[in-house]
Amino acid sequence: MADEPLILGIETSCDETGVGVVRGHTLLADALASSVDEHARFGGVVPEVASRAHLEAIVPTMRRALDDAGVTLADIDAIAVTAGPGLAGALLVGVAAAKGYALAAEKPVYGVNHLAAHVAVDTLEHGPLPEPAIALLVSGGHSSLLLVDDLATGVTPLGATIDDAAGEAFDKVARLLGLPFPGGPPIDREARAGSPDAITFPRGLTAPKDLAAHRFDFSFSGLKTAVARWVEAKQRAGEPVPVPDVAASFQEAVCDVLTGKAIAACRDRGVDTLVLGGGVAANSRLRALAEERAAKQGIRVRVPRPKLCTDNGAMVAALGSHLVAAGVAPSRLDLPADSAMPLTIVSV
Amino acid sequence: MLVLVLDSSTPAVTAALAEITAHAVAPRGERSVVDARAHGELLAPQVSEVLAEAGARPADLAAVVAGVGPGPFTGLRVGLVTAASMGQVLGIPTYGVPSLDAIGHAATHPRSGAAPEAGPVLAATDARRREIYWAVYDLAGERLAGPEVDTPAAVAERARELGVRVAVGEGARRYADILELPLRAGLDYPPPYALAELAAERVRAGAPGDQLTPLYLRRPDAVAAAGRKPVLQ
Repeated sequence: MADEPLILGIETSCDETGVGVVRGHTLLADALASSVDEHARFGGVVPEVASRAHLEAIVPTMRRALDDAGVTLADIDAIAVTAGPGLAGALLVGVAAAKGYALAAEKPVYGVNHLAAHVAVDTLEHGPLPEPAIALLVSGGHSSLLLVDDLATGVTPLGATIDDAAGEAFDKVARLLGLPFPGGPPIDREARAGSPDAITFPRGLTAPKDLAAHRFDFSFSGLKTAVARWVEAKQRAGEPVPVPDVAASFQEAVCDVLTGKAIAACRDRGVDTLVLGGGVAANSRLRALAEERAAKQGIRVRVPRPKLCTDNGAMVAALGSHLVAAGVAPSRLDLPADSAMPLTIVSV
Repeated sequence: MLVLVLDSSTPAVTAALAEITAHAVAPRGERSVVDARAHGELLAPQVSEVLAEAGARPADLAAVVAGVGPGPFTGLRVGLVTAASMGQVLGIPTYGVPSLDAIGHAATHPRSGAAPEAGPVLAATDARRREIYWAVYDLAGERLAGPEVDTPAAVAERARELGVRVAVGEGARRYADILELPLRAGLDYPPPYALAELAAERVRAGAPGDQLTPLYLRRPDAVAAAGRKPVLQ
């Protein structure tokens, strides 16, 4: 549809520099540069390293996105950019770039919420999102359950991790098992050769006394420690560590809690659509277990392909497109980057 | 030729327009606000305001000149990414100028008709963590040393070796008691027209633009992951 808005999205909240272009719900370009290799030797994302990489990558990534989409900035109707939450210095590079592009091209700019963008990206694959929906967003920096009443104006947080993010637990367990950073893909791979029932690891915040106060919250810190204790005990006994079994059992504990609470939230709110997003939503077991459990409850699971689950510019463009279509006013040129942007704010 | 000048290497967030003719650099408007924590919020509206005041549109710009530091990283990147993104959209060159050079140039080429300095000039800005970014310029404005980042005490020693007679810049003012040099007031931050003058030859010649690379002078604070602490006691 040529009369749908043509929106550009810029994402720099962590270690990926993303520029995406969408027209309505149609993905036209999704250019990405990553500094992940520069962080690997530090065992996690180093904010200053990420910020430096964004500055170097933004212009070439923009050029690639425009070339891939076959458009120029003059053709664009609006520019959306992740304003938060995320790493402050990294966000600021994207926000300042978006303002520079918007100023020079004389286009409106929308500062948007990174987590809402993780929900919106699914519209590029599965069309408009039925509202209300429940969204489970899981990545290296976030683990949240949200009720999406209206993606253009606000979402309601139902719960979140009280300690480590799910992706962080994958990174830490991967390191413990001698697997590379980031830990999600290698654990997923190792787990295929292991048994999810080999070791019973704890399921955080699922005991009745915890559910009273933390019904839809998550905790992965205790799980990570339990895996460490189990692995160290094996090592001290001089026995080999069965990496596939540990990976599969750990992954099962994470996915069991995430999907269990997500389905419970759907039932509690009488919602029949569950959206998965964030880098951990690329995990094959999480996708399969969510499908399996949702099907039994008559709940439809929507999950974008893995490349759209991890951070990218297309998701920001998708949310921008939704905001423009909903008639939301653009942001002002003094819009700040907000590293702790609350979920209740979709655009500033 | 109308050029946009940006500098965000110090607490002064600056956007200005300058008209570069065959023989002169004329000011066409300036916005500068001192706020070390709001570079990202301030700069874009300032660009918009100077353009509006001059009755100009972005498409009227022939080039963007940006101070490339040294300066605190987060603020410095705001100016450089703004310059780079605008240059990309408009298809115009971007020229980088070391920000301390602008202070050194202004000290040795006063616009007001004031007498130039009597000997080498130390230009210094605040690098936080009790250090300063610094460089030394001769009377023609040529850089003799720097830019580097050091403690004020170490800079005082280098300045003595280089025969510095006067110090300028907010970093010199802040640590005047340690530097023990006569201080020239009124030149705390990189003046935008000095940045424009230092890029003027390249603008006039239509020289190829620079990729704007920040003068960080410090490596990121990060240590490679050490061995993991065991959980079992």
